[in-house]
Amino acid sequence: MTTLAGKVPAALRGRGPVGWLFMAPSLLILGVFVLFPIVRSLWYSLHHWTIGAAEQPWSGLDNYTKLFGDEQFRRALANTLIITVASTAVLVVIGLGLALALQSENVVSRVIRSVFFFPTVISLTTVGMTWRFLLDPDIGLIGGVTRALGLEPVNWLQSTALALPTVIFVNVWKNAGFVMIVLVAGLKAIPGEHYEAASLDGAGRLQTLRSITLPALRPTMLFVTFMVTVQSLQLFDLVYVMTSGGPLDHTETLVTKLYRDGFVNYETGYAAATSWVLFIVVVLVSALQLRIFRYNDAD
Amino acid sequence: MLTKSLKWIYVGIGLLLALVPIIWTVAGSFRTEADLYGHTASLIPHEWTLHGYQGVWQQLPFLRLLLNSVLFAGATTVLTLLFDSMCAYALARLEFRGRTVAFWLVLVTLMVPFQVTLIPVFMELFHFGWLNTYQGLILPRATSAFGIFLFRQFFMSIPKELDEAARIDGAGHLRIYWRVILPLAKPAIATVALLNFTNLWNDLIWPLVVSTDNTMQTLPAGLALFAGQHVTDHAVLFAGAVISLLPIAVVFFLAQRYFVAGISTSGLK
Repeated sequence: MTTLAGKVPAALRGRGPVGWLFMAPSLLILGVFVLFPIVRSLWYSLHHWTIGAAEQPWSGLDNYTKLFGDEQFRRALANTLIITVASTAVLVVIGLGLALALQSENVVSRVIRSVFFFPTVISLTTVGMTWRFLLDPDIGLIGGVTRALGLEPVNWLQSTALALPTVIFVNVWKNAGFVMIVLVAGLKAIPGEHYEAASLDGAGRLQTLRSITLPALRPTMLFVTFMVTVQSLQLFDLVYVMTSGGPLDHTETLVTKLYRDGFVNYETGYAAATSWVLFIVVVLVSALQLRIFRYNDAD
Repeated sequence: MLTKSLKWIYVGIGLLLALVPIIWTVAGSFRTEADLYGHTASLIPHEWTLHGYQGVWQQLPFLRLLLNSVLFAGATTVLTLLFDSMCAYALARLEFRGRTVAFWLVLVTLMVPFQVTLIPVFMELFHFGWLNTYQGLILPRATSAFGIFLFRQFFMSIPKELDEAARIDGAGHLRIYWRVILPLAKPAIATVALLNFTNLWNDLIWPLVVSTDNTMQTLPAGLALFAGQHVTDHAVLFAGAVISLLPIAVVFFLAQRYFVAGISTSGLK
């Protein structure tokens, strides 16, 4: 660019409005349907805003203070955090196990990896439906096998104690292949000399994992935990299909809560406040992750 | 030896857990209601029937849902590819005032969760009279910050000498973008297209919110609402799920490497 720039007329280098013309469609859409709505959402959350009402009175931080007195919201926040922490922890362990077991480039490993990866592209709606009926005590395979073994079938999704762990299990089922695939890519990027050096030093399998593999995998781990936590914090489809937040709000999440308030009860301002709490939680959790991974760097 | 057998036990349990639910659902779409209740411990049908696949057309506006899904995911993906690559062309290959600001605006939209904008966008569409319309379903999703970002990264790796040569030959920006840059960007196009199409095809909350009328819903929304009622014929629901999964499954087996490439850099919902 720098060498030839002088020989090309300025107008052709795109100094004028050409650049903006190329960006116009995207910027228009992002402006109208993302940037302006972000501001608008904050504005709604500071009002007692209801769709179709004649007046939308200013409420200051009322919606936010009301949220923390709302039992359903407190459950939604707690459930969201539990789902996120539990899913991420289990996924990293299971995904790392699968990645280590299946990292070699032979046909068998590749085919098995494809099988594990497949649930990643199935919609959460289908995954939720599949597991809802699979776990149904009357028609489901799990109940059928339980009965065949002479035991009483468990009503997983109707139980206040078991519903949330079950949702977490299905979330793990859906994402294990994703974590595995990303970690396999990370493992392949580790230079072979590192392992040779370790084996010359007489390091055992576990020691190699601890001192070579895991430290080298740290950037990949950060990426994959980031993706999984953000996905889990925004969990909606799975819960909507499997339990609708029940029984008694025991699987309600922040997004099912904001859907319920915003699009079933039409409390626009209140739902907007929930969406900002979600945003803040996403920012805090991401910052915490960066912190954890950087803290390890200092070791 | 012990670690080796432990490894295969671990992988084997994983395979069982991954495959059984999928096989059970696909098989369930060929089962009668009596079979389903009578042989709960069975993975496959005792008697095969196609009534689930017939019922899908009778009990749901299935053709309409399918058409809506194809239009929504298809048209949105095509528009996204065009708009994102145009925007990225300006950001990666042109120099002009305000370029950095524009790029930062794009990045901001990448960081804020989609749910924050869901309510205000719903209100906007309500005021435009765009709820339950294709333009309401498609236009707000017709560009993605992630796509812009990915295209920008890709375009920056293409040598600048190529456009300089084209310019000396008298080509304008539109021509350089369309004839020089885009043909070189096929891997980026494939990745953005696949990820976008899959995400849109599978999306639930957006079509659920924007289309309240059941003739304007997409497959996931239609099936979720159907599953939310009292289900009297499970084979119909399973058949619907299998049909909605089919296009993605075909694409997955044909273009798995693009999925892997895209997903391991960006993730999927």
